[in-house]
Amino acid sequence: MAGTNHNGKRPNDSGGGKPSLRFTIPSEYAAGRDVQKQILDGVAANGFNDQSTFAIKLALEEALINAIKHGNKLDPKKTVKIAAKVTPKVCEIEIEDQGPGFSRSDVPDPTLEENIEKCSGRGILLIEAYMDKAKWDLGGRRLKMSKKNAPGK
Amino acid sequence: MSETMPPLSVTTLKDVRIVEFTNSKILDEANIADIGATLNTLIDERPQPKLLLDFATVEHLSSAALGMLINVNNRVKQKNGQLRLANIGPHILEVFVITKLNKLFRIATTRTEALASYNT
Repeated sequence: MAGTNHNGKRPNDSGGGKPSLRFTIPSEYAAGRDVQKQILDGVAANGFNDQSTFAIKLALEEALINAIKHGNKLDPKKTVKIAAKVTPKVCEIEIEDQGPGFSRSDVPDPTLEENIEKCSGRGILLIEAYMDKAKWDLGGRRLKMSKKNAPGK
Repeated sequence: MSETMPPLSVTTLKDVRIVEFTNSKILDEANIADIGATLNTLIDERPQPKLLLDFATVEHLSSAALGMLINVNNRVKQKNGQLRLANIGPHILEVFVITKLNKLFRIATTRTEALASYNT
């Protein structure tokens, strides 16, 4: 099945088994936004539907903010590495920061009544809700997530 | 005058301050801080503020924006004011449902419905 999609010509490198987009950015929001835009351009070029595009955009925003702000604490000496591969069927993204990491089970559930008025903790919830797969490894420093393009949805 | 458009436009109907977002994305950290500051000013100006946030133009938001809205809600409640959200599109509404914030906020389908829901 792999490689049978008629990708045509895309401005960014395409095909192959390797991620087609790779970035190493400083811990700055503006750099994160630029990466976000480039990945979303790839998503649009591959014809993702509205629902999937909204999901990827939201998850990517949350994941980049997490890495830049909560992981690297906006430290200019630290970087965030991003790899993304988009095909017409699926969008796969990896984001790795240089922060202390975290344990998923230590993050309180923001939907519980005692936490609902707190102003944080929703990013991870949204990433997990909107992506098909979302998993943290390297002690919480790296997130791997993916979203399928479900036509007609 | 600043070159950038302010992120909010505010009108008043009777004693209700109606706030519209002028940017389709409430994502950017600086943008969110600006919006939060403006809303806080509106909350501070009256003893029991009545605030209506119209989401008609909003196509994207983030958890940071939700945090700002929760802050606004808390401040309004502290002053025994009333906050209503209206005109939230299906994508954004789903974000409120997933985070269960649809239970924390009073969400009306239309602006008219929101305006009718204030206690005098």
